[in-house]
Amino acid sequence: MNFSFLKYRKIPLAWLLLTRQPLRLIVAIAGISFAGILMFMQLGFRDGLFDTSVTIHKLLDADLVLISPRSKSSISMSGFPRRRLIQAMALNEVERIAPVNLNYLLWRNPENLKTRSILALGFNPADSLLLGDGFTEKADRLKSPGRVLFDKLSRPEFGPIEEWFLSEKRVETEVAGKRVIVEGLVELGPSFGADGNLITSRETFLRLFPSNPKGSIEIGLVKLRSGSNPISISRTLNNSLPNDVRVLTKKEFIEFEKNYWRNSTAIGFIFSLGALMGFVVGCVVVYQILYSDVTDHLPEYATLLAMGYRLKSLFFVVAREGFLLAFFGYLPAYFSGQILYSVVRNSTKLPIFMDANKTILIFVLILIMCMGSAGVAMRKLVEADPAEIF
Amino acid sequence: MSKNKKKNYELKAVSINNLSHSYGKDLNKKKVLNNVNLFIQKGELVLLKGPSGCGKTTLLTLIGALRTCQSGDLTVLNNQLNGASSKTRQKLRRNIGMIFQGHNLLRCLTAEQNVQMGADLLKGFTYIQRRQIARKWLSAVGLEDHHKKLPSDLSGGQKQRVAIARALSANPKLLLADEPTSALDSVTGREIVMLLRKLAKEQNCSVLMVTHDPRITDMADRILNMEDGKIYSALSELK
Repeated sequence: MNFSFLKYRKIPLAWLLLTRQPLRLIVAIAGISFAGILMFMQLGFRDGLFDTSVTIHKLLDADLVLISPRSKSSISMSGFPRRRLIQAMALNEVERIAPVNLNYLLWRNPENLKTRSILALGFNPADSLLLGDGFTEKADRLKSPGRVLFDKLSRPEFGPIEEWFLSEKRVETEVAGKRVIVEGLVELGPSFGADGNLITSRETFLRLFPSNPKGSIEIGLVKLRSGSNPISISRTLNNSLPNDVRVLTKKEFIEFEKNYWRNSTAIGFIFSLGALMGFVVGCVVVYQILYSDVTDHLPEYATLLAMGYRLKSLFFVVAREGFLLAFFGYLPAYFSGQILYSVVRNSTKLPIFMDANKTILIFVLILIMCMGSAGVAMRKLVEADPAEIF
Repeated sequence: MSKNKKKNYELKAVSINNLSHSYGKDLNKKKVLNNVNLFIQKGELVLLKGPSGCGKTTLLTLIGALRTCQSGDLTVLNNQLNGASSKTRQKLRRNIGMIFQGHNLLRCLTAEQNVQMGADLLKGFTYIQRRQIARKWLSAVGLEDHHKKLPSDLSGGQKQRVAIARALSANPKLLLADEPTSALDSVTGREIVMLLRKLAKEQNCSVLMVTHDPRITDMADRILNMEDGKIYSALSELK
């Protein structure tokens, strides 16, 4: 590698200008970091929302999903006739089907007896509902009425269900005012729509929610034979089935849910706006720091111009200051973001992780913030008149 | 251009014919230089004296290519400055050393780094070589032991000496100085002017110095008196 640029390097003026007043540098870094943390948190919440909204969707053991065209998302599912799912069986490519009921019910915390809304899924225990080892065995326990599987990742407000269950204590409580027994634990995770989840048999579900018509379901799962093309089968089914049902591939079903949160609610917009606010705050902070730095050193810049330095060289000095601020402001933002993500994960169970996309995106945003502000601050440099220093 | 005229032209570091300059517009217009004529030979040390507001500093800034020339002819180091572009003037400034009354050192740099900022304008030298040049000029002004100090830790005289070393480190062909000895004691002041004179003679570097310091007038090749925007004793030979 050629290191001749080191041999011919110049005095690191940008670094020395920045570090001359350590307190001001610390304030600048703190300001940029704050903006970075704000952006990390806002984008983290937004991505967490989108990820959690499809946790169950991803786990469903299906290639195609039937829903009502009136359904907007998992928090506002409408029913459709169960026989549409049976009609789908007419296709040779369909291996098996599974009708699923889904609705919100009131769960009573067995410890403090407070009630809280929980997302309940009802399915036939003989069917395959979720992917993952051991679920079929747990599903068998739901064959007796009044039995449920509790999502151990649900928020703690639902009670110490996991702790009691693992200590082999009989966990009994009420759902929708009716007695249920927890027969096992599953791992699904809460979402912005649901703080907790439970799975039960359709029989128990209909007992807990008697107003739900027996022939109506919210989700129909279709498993295709291996080698079948889900896209073409979904097209065929959409063309052949009546308009009271819509057929989606599993991928489309996941996107359907994400699109709801992204486009039909203000949540995606609010978090993006929050990130934008962080960006704007950061721009103002960096601009103030760089502008006052340039103003403060204007006679010195004028001296350099008088000595024969080009204005372009001085622009580079300010640009380098901007880059250094971006770099040193980003590092604490990144590490604070990691810590805060962990705190949020532990307290809310939301899957907020520092992924490569966010890491790069926030760095680029901070870089744009600092370089943009440096660009605006450079305008002040033009005022440096070398003739005025004599 | 005839051969003799060209040779004569090349011997001059500064050549000024009928140079006028004014500030303001219309009724507020004030003429500060009025048909100034001046020639400075290469290797010559010239002192410029005159009362405050007579136009000395304006003349220095015009010769230093810090201002654009309004009327008259101004040639500095063979560069015609009438209508010269800002790039031409910026390039020319690299060959002109400037010593300001207010020294204008960069507060974030040590004495050595300040001097090296001048040496950094030299091409083809490595970082270490430029640092050695800075050390050499710091020693020449008697500040070798203060090279690590920031300007805030130096006295007024020491700062001025650092500014002089900075101007010299860029290997200038013309040196413009505005009251360079005003902050120095008589011994140091004379030493510095001796150094400038030595530089002028050895390196063929011309020096134009604005000063009111009577302690150094005996070392000049010429003394120019300026009043009301005119140089009226440009030929008063001292030596």
